[in-house]
Amino acid sequence: MATNVGLVTVQVRDLVRRYDDRAVLDGLDLAIEPGEFVALLGKSGSGKSTLLRALAGLDHDVDGSGELAVPENVSVVFQDSRLLPWARVLENVVLGLGGADERGRKSLEEVGLAGREKAWPNELSGGEQQRVALARSLVREPELLLADEPFGALDALTRLKMHVLLRKLCAAHQPAVLLVTHDVDEAIVLADRVIVLDAGRIVAEETITLPAPRSAADPGFAAVRSRLLDALGVAV
Amino acid sequence: MSATTLPGLRPRTASAPVVRRRRLGPGKPIRFGAAIGPVLLLVVWSIGSATGWIDQRVLSAPWTVVTTAGDLIADGRLQSNLWTSAQRALIGLAFGIVLGVVLALISGLSRLGEAVLDGPIQIKRAIPSLALLPLLILWLGIGESMKIVTILLGVFVPIYIHTHNGLRTIDSRYVELAQTVGLSQWEFVRRVVLPGALPGFLLGLRFAVTGAWLSLVVVEQINSTSGIGYMMELARTYGQTDIIIVGLVVYGILGLLSDAVVRLIQRRALSWRRTLAS
Repeated sequence: MATNVGLVTVQVRDLVRRYDDRAVLDGLDLAIEPGEFVALLGKSGSGKSTLLRALAGLDHDVDGSGELAVPENVSVVFQDSRLLPWARVLENVVLGLGGADERGRKSLEEVGLAGREKAWPNELSGGEQQRVALARSLVREPELLLADEPFGALDALTRLKMHVLLRKLCAAHQPAVLLVTHDVDEAIVLADRVIVLDAGRIVAEETITLPAPRSAADPGFAAVRSRLLDALGVAV
Repeated sequence: MSATTLPGLRPRTASAPVVRRRRLGPGKPIRFGAAIGPVLLLVVWSIGSATGWIDQRVLSAPWTVVTTAGDLIADGRLQSNLWTSAQRALIGLAFGIVLGVVLALISGLSRLGEAVLDGPIQIKRAIPSLALLPLLILWLGIGESMKIVTILLGVFVPIYIHTHNGLRTIDSRYVELAQTVGLSQWEFVRRVVLPGALPGFLLGLRFAVTGAWLSLVVVEQINSTSGIGYMMELARTYGQTDIIIVGLVVYGILGLLSDAVVRLIQRRALSWRRTLAS
């Protein structure tokens, strides 16, 4: 895999992924610039997760072809926090980093969990667990952050708080981000660019230029949202 | 409730009796309930012995058993036999644990290992270890090595089965995580595989400990010259039921104690789990 820093962080050309002869990704092209926040929308089965897993290098046994250039340093945040239940919070954050405890502590502080280093994951709430997962991803200073519906399992209020946190963290660490989500509002609030996937191809793309903080009350917001919903095949 | 009052019209005052439903569950736990059965048994045994209803030749009186135990401790026979037995059990247990864990790791982490190892071990599992005794005696004689190997064979199977099962039921999501954070094979084993298989291993250990004592009893009654089982076997030839009972009590205490130790280890090693229950 070639690193292409300076130009683009992610370069995908004509990517095809097949399950049982059904093309889940069908000649997909995508480029993500350094520090760019891209949200990926799509119906269930549109190939969102398949694309993310391909970028994460987790599709070992999947049949396919195409060109795929991603940086060496990629972090993944999953829908579940995926913390090892038998490792304390700090151990989870620095998993595989060896001797990075100090960095891990700082990272926990960044996500507002200073002082919880010694807690077991089971003692934390769902939102706190997901914040630990964010700390685990960002302590590695990734060039690319892949997030697969990271807030999907959280309640609405926690989710709003996580949006604010994620924006803050991305501003501080400047990774390129690919966020897979079901939530159109979440995509508009967070991303620089929203792409809509359908049947394994990109069918719509919106560059979001709304000023921060973005609010659903903004007329521009509503316009973008209705165009995206349209692309998703939802009649409003 | 009087027969003339309709249930719906009964005035609901503070003093009106609430209709109590019949309780269907077993109800509240009895304090020290676990002790009642054994104590009752002891009482029946004592009364039977005191009244002569139980023949002393069939079953010695509880007080005879206690004084015999005192005598055996005073002349050192109980301690030395207990030490021999404990040594056998511990050595067999230790080797069995190592063997079980190593085999479980090989077979749990590689498909080839599983293909080669799992079948024979499942076959071994179907054969009771004690049924192998004639063969083991032919191969190893009747010395210590035969005894330890017999115990080992009874121990490694439950360790293997439960550790292997623990390994294989580690959530694949954690394997995926290990890949995304770039763990090396060794780190993967240390951080994910071993801790993930620990609950299974400890369950296997509980079975293994029980199995070790079981095998011990049998091997010690075959051509032994020391050990609790030998002491009991010797007592049988002289019709000393009191010594036999002392041996049984010792086995019982050892079994209970070792299970308690394993459960303690379990609680401490799996404290991340206890938080769920508390």
